[in-house]
Amino acid sequence: MPKNPDIKKVLVIGSGPIIIGQAAEFDYAGTQACRSLKEEGIEVVLLNSNPATIMTDKDIADRVYIEPLTTEVVEQLILKERPDSVLPTLGGQAGLNLAMELEEAGFLKEHNVRLIGTTAQTIKKAEDRLEFKETMEKIGEPVAPSMVVENIQDGIAFTNTIGYPVVLRPAYTLGGSGGGIAHNEEELIEVLGNGLRLSRVGQVLVERCIAGWKEIEYEVMRDSAGNVITVCNMENIDPVGVHTGDSIVVAPSQTLGDKEYQMLRTSALNIITELGITGGCNVQYALHPTSFEYCVIEVNPRVSRSSALASKATGYPIAKVAAKIALGYTLDEIKNAVTKKTYASFEPMLDYCVVKMPRLPFDKFISAKRTLGTQMKATGEVMSICTNFEGALMKAIRSLEQHVDCLMSYDFTGLSDYELDKMLHKVDDRRIWVIAEALRRGMSYEKIHEITKIDIWFIDKLAIIVEMENALKTAGEAVKAGAAASQALPAELLREAKRIEFPDNVISRLTGIPQAEVKALRYENGIRAAYKMVDTCAAEFAAETPYYYSIFDGENEAVATHDRKKVLVLGSGPIRIGQGIEFDFCSVHSTWAFSREGYETIIVNNNPETVSTDFDIADKLYFEPLTPEDVESIVDIEKPDGAVVQFGGQTAIKLTEALMKMGVPILGTAAEDVDAAEDRELFDEILEKCQIPRPAGVTVFTAEEAKEAAHKLGYPVLVRPSYVLGGQGMQIAINDQDIDEFIGIINQIAQEHPILVDKYIMGKELEVDAICDGTDILIPGIMEHIERTGVHSGDSISVYPAYNITESNVRTIVDYTEKLARALHVKGMINIQFIVDGEDVYIIEVNPRSSRTVPYISKVTGIPIVPLATQIICGRTIRELGYEPGLQPKADYYAIKMPVFSFEKIRGADINLGPEMKSTGECLGIAKTFNEALYKAFQGAGIKLPKYKNMIITVRDQDKEEVIPIAKRFADVGYKIFATKGTAKALNGAGVKAIAVRKLEQESPNILDLVLGHEIDLVIDIPQQGAERSHDGFVIRRNAIETGVNVLTSLDTAAALVTSMENKANELTLIDIATV
Amino acid sequence: MKAYLILEDGTVFTGISIGSAREVISEIVFNTSMTGYLEVLTDPSYAGQAVVMTYPLIGNYGICHEDMESLKPWPDGYIVRELSRIPSNFRSEDTIQHFLEKHDIPGICGIDTRALTKILREKGTMNGMITTKEYADLSQPISRMKAYRVKGVVMATTTKEKYVLPGVGKRVALLDLGAKKNIARSLHERGCQVTVYPADTTAEEILAADPDGIMLSNGPGDPSENVEIIKEIRKLYESDVPIFAICLGHQLMALATGASTYKLKYGHRGGNHPVKDLETGRVYISSQNHGYAVDAATLDPKVAEAAFVNVNDGTNEGLKYIGKNIFTVQYHPEACPGPLDSGYLFDRFLKMMEVNE
Repeated sequence: MPKNPDIKKVLVIGSGPIIIGQAAEFDYAGTQACRSLKEEGIEVVLLNSNPATIMTDKDIADRVYIEPLTTEVVEQLILKERPDSVLPTLGGQAGLNLAMELEEAGFLKEHNVRLIGTTAQTIKKAEDRLEFKETMEKIGEPVAPSMVVENIQDGIAFTNTIGYPVVLRPAYTLGGSGGGIAHNEEELIEVLGNGLRLSRVGQVLVERCIAGWKEIEYEVMRDSAGNVITVCNMENIDPVGVHTGDSIVVAPSQTLGDKEYQMLRTSALNIITELGITGGCNVQYALHPTSFEYCVIEVNPRVSRSSALASKATGYPIAKVAAKIALGYTLDEIKNAVTKKTYASFEPMLDYCVVKMPRLPFDKFISAKRTLGTQMKATGEVMSICTNFEGALMKAIRSLEQHVDCLMSYDFTGLSDYELDKMLHKVDDRRIWVIAEALRRGMSYEKIHEITKIDIWFIDKLAIIVEMENALKTAGEAVKAGAAASQALPAELLREAKRIEFPDNVISRLTGIPQAEVKALRYENGIRAAYKMVDTCAAEFAAETPYYYSIFDGENEAVATHDRKKVLVLGSGPIRIGQGIEFDFCSVHSTWAFSREGYETIIVNNNPETVSTDFDIADKLYFEPLTPEDVESIVDIEKPDGAVVQFGGQTAIKLTEALMKMGVPILGTAAEDVDAAEDRELFDEILEKCQIPRPAGVTVFTAEEAKEAAHKLGYPVLVRPSYVLGGQGMQIAINDQDIDEFIGIINQIAQEHPILVDKYIMGKELEVDAICDGTDILIPGIMEHIERTGVHSGDSISVYPAYNITESNVRTIVDYTEKLARALHVKGMINIQFIVDGEDVYIIEVNPRSSRTVPYISKVTGIPIVPLATQIICGRTIRELGYEPGLQPKADYYAIKMPVFSFEKIRGADINLGPEMKSTGECLGIAKTFNEALYKAFQGAGIKLPKYKNMIITVRDQDKEEVIPIAKRFADVGYKIFATKGTAKALNGAGVKAIAVRKLEQESPNILDLVLGHEIDLVIDIPQQGAERSHDGFVIRRNAIETGVNVLTSLDTAAALVTSMENKANELTLIDIATV
Repeated sequence: MKAYLILEDGTVFTGISIGSAREVISEIVFNTSMTGYLEVLTDPSYAGQAVVMTYPLIGNYGICHEDMESLKPWPDGYIVRELSRIPSNFRSEDTIQHFLEKHDIPGICGIDTRALTKILREKGTMNGMITTKEYADLSQPISRMKAYRVKGVVMATTTKEKYVLPGVGKRVALLDLGAKKNIARSLHERGCQVTVYPADTTAEEILAADPDGIMLSNGPGDPSENVEIIKEIRKLYESDVPIFAICLGHQLMALATGASTYKLKYGHRGGNHPVKDLETGRVYISSQNHGYAVDAATLDPKVAEAAFVNVNDGTNEGLKYIGKNIFTVQYHPEACPGPLDSGYLFDRFLKMMEVNE
């Protein structure tokens, strides 16, 4: 069936800010779909509140609205743009929910707008627990016994009929928010209560617990003619009980025979057929490990994180095909874009094994529970490909960039056997390392399986890795005894170690043979990485645009071409707090710009969720870990003319030195200048030379030195490791005790670089992204943070243009920026953060690379920063490119970037904002006036107040004076204020009515009861700086977050929020970014 | 023990011997299925061939005898990248290593199966040798390889004796040309009484039993080699008994009615090929295993017309016989291994028998 001619203008809804459970995969899917629609001549109107995305570029859609994802905005947008169709299946759960609300309200029908890609009925059948269950029963697909409840009493009664444990799944939430397993009535009441609050429709499914069964997923597609295919199936190594987003996943399934594989495949196809989905769909199964019994766990009638993974694992572009199907095409009419020979109506066949590992944020949230359950906690993921499972796993481990490179990276040797046994029972992110230790101690496969329920096949694979460790250790003993390296480590053993992807540094560690010598031994024996293609068809057909993965047991297929200059673009790896989708935006735009400059482009990256790892972004894609050895193997084959590191965040920057050693020229700012910006002493010299002040500071290695420094500087001081991103490990210390604690935490991971101790200056924080061509400097704009110093820039509300600084401040900032860019010989991007204290301007940080704010500032100024920087890297000048150097005129708009957090997903994480970044994403508010922009930004971040008009305030003594005017303004917009005793006294004393509530440790009803009473909109809690001694604030903040109450830990944010409420706009003005 | 795979073009792959260590010359073909290695091994259509599995990890779920598609494995040789050290599945009764040894199937593992597949794709199916002997001079084995032809495989794989699967429904005569068990099972499950005949049974004998329908099975080898069987099938065609044919059966019916067959460059073997029903436009993902195809251009339009076509390469995947209760498909609705999407064809056959009454 050809394209439906009635579809001419389509509104695509994106997924909004990155949060846990809804990450970069939707930018990937949305971007692919928009390009696919435009290819068909469709006019695309895009709505997404997330400015860091590639999909919100004017090159991707015709009209781009970075506006809050609310029904009001969509309605207004439909009236303004008059699209004939809405495509809601690409924006994750957020997009789908929005479309449902509009459909239910009859708005779409009223304005003759059709939903394409799915129907409201389909969404309901798949998403509404009861309808889903009925639908499954109708076609004979088994689901676990369950009941939808709307109150706790019904939940208890039903559970009593099916028995504990039960799984609780709230309807219409993301990433399993608010779900969990209850083993007894007490837990049931807690988890169920929470889930009921978080569900959009106040419904929670109570279900028989099938924890421990195999978890299998199928990605299936269907077109309007009813043709159905399976793209991929995947097996979770972690059995049912761990959210698939937090599981280690392998594709295709490994332990299923054809009978099980086909049984579930047929089931998935029956389901997509019954639901009538046109597009892609994900079906999750629990398969009984010792029978053919299975249950359908969940169906996602849209593209999802799993579908992004399946696309990258197979080469089958699900989102692209889904978009074409939405237009009316059938699968047999859509060409397979990888082979260009076959059609979309075939099933990919893999001749390799794919492993996905989650990137969990426990390095950021040290206090958080590491336990994994049905609520997703991962912020991102890595994928790796190899011809064997062991190799794929080893590559995935080192792709995580979490100081892990093998199964010895978490050390459990200190545990007693009893403790180890106990540890095995715990399901957390280190489970495979615990299993490896159990294997080292000779625990049987059966016992490990009995405890973990992980299939023996996977346990055996871990054992193979452990056996290799032992063989290499034995070789190491021979080396110690005086044997020559080549004798102790014979070629056979080395070849086998490489076949299962032991990196040279691990081989070196185990054998005691220096890494360079390991490499030399490899080369002598011809043991080098070769590259194979992902071609969708297991080599049955020749492929046109394939991508590559490394192996050590076969011939190389990657043909190096040298007809054009060739650039290596290093990606940014997994999405983590501090290094998000922004860097993928930069990598992709840089790649496109290089391509326009006539370069052959090669991307190296390992993140399956991103646009950069789509098969047609660069000329070649290597799906590989971003370590020096892995990159060097690619360099050996491709011999690029240069590499660009300034767009891939800290991941790429960290590879600078290694690339230099390989003889690859760094394009743009030279490696030594990158180093000068990162190295404290070199940097201080430069500042001195330029006469630019910075907060006084010292570099130290020990806690003693740090304390000495702090005494000299005077508390408070800022303590942080060098060479980190997102302020990792950065803290404000107010006394010696804090220093001891912080240095202890920092030194848990061996530090190659010193620790910095700086004087903490309280002031306004400002930020600049600039482009320098070696002579001239282009500054698109200055951004000002609403929160004063001490809150990480990524967690601050950022306002462009700066709204609260003097002309002289501006001049100083421009002057410092120019001086620094020149002194560092920047060619390309530089990012600088300043503190303004009155007329004094200090530098706090310089990054000789693209930053988190680049996508946002590019979009609101209309200056294509990354392409310009890339062209400059290629040798052009700012003037040549038609820009007048210096600070650019202010735009006519205020653009406010608002951080978005995922605290409710991470049990035990402290939400207190500080110098260490904690937000997972961002949204934008853009408007002609500051107030409207601020209002939009809060709306976009999901802070839609007022609701109940009750709030709690609790602040430190030193903040009491400052809180009074803010509290008064909240009272004036109608808020009833509750406050802890001291705060209440201060407020009442100043004429702001406040009701005193008891502290946490006091008898009920106290402050916690109030929070849990569900009628509180907001908690303003300003905690002590430094390591908080009191646990009270923590408990209150956690409870508030987990019951869906907004919590602010900065008075500046609170003031901004009340400003936005005072100026609540009746009608928002929607701005097409493409016209800015 | 080291083993070598030598191709007739002189390419040598060095790996490790699995199964039997004896030397074998055979036609080398590849299969892209990711599951179902036992079904592949026991599919009689592989008689005279050595199979390369493109999926690199084989043997993961062991051997479950119930899943065998015939009484023994048929390929002359087995070529894989890696055999799992241990099997893991609740139904597993044996390891693939032991299974190959027990049935004296020579094989090789630890080779770059993707590189091998690419050679077969580019140059076409060719003969090769699996051996544990190291040849200093390849000319002698290569000339032996070049002389090798797949021959006489239908009679080698067919049942020696007629047998009956009792049932109360339709009585189907199944001509076993090297049949996979699941063809008979698919009919039997639908209540049919299935009488399985050896491939050299005469049409008279089959028709004398007055079956409600006749099923022609899959089978190995070059279809045009089966001159005698084709003559009998011509007689079956002329009877008014409904006929459903799969794979080799489909090719023999075409040959019996005047069309011709040809050898594909490297065949279709796997579980992901799309076939399109030309009548409805629907596309089904099919299980495939064939090296030859019916040349649709040679069909007599008065006798037969194309009913299914391969979406990838446009080759014929099924025929409808004009004025007859006969339909035939090139692919495998009985699956095993592969997608179950085309099982409805057995229902169609049942319906055809009913209507015919």
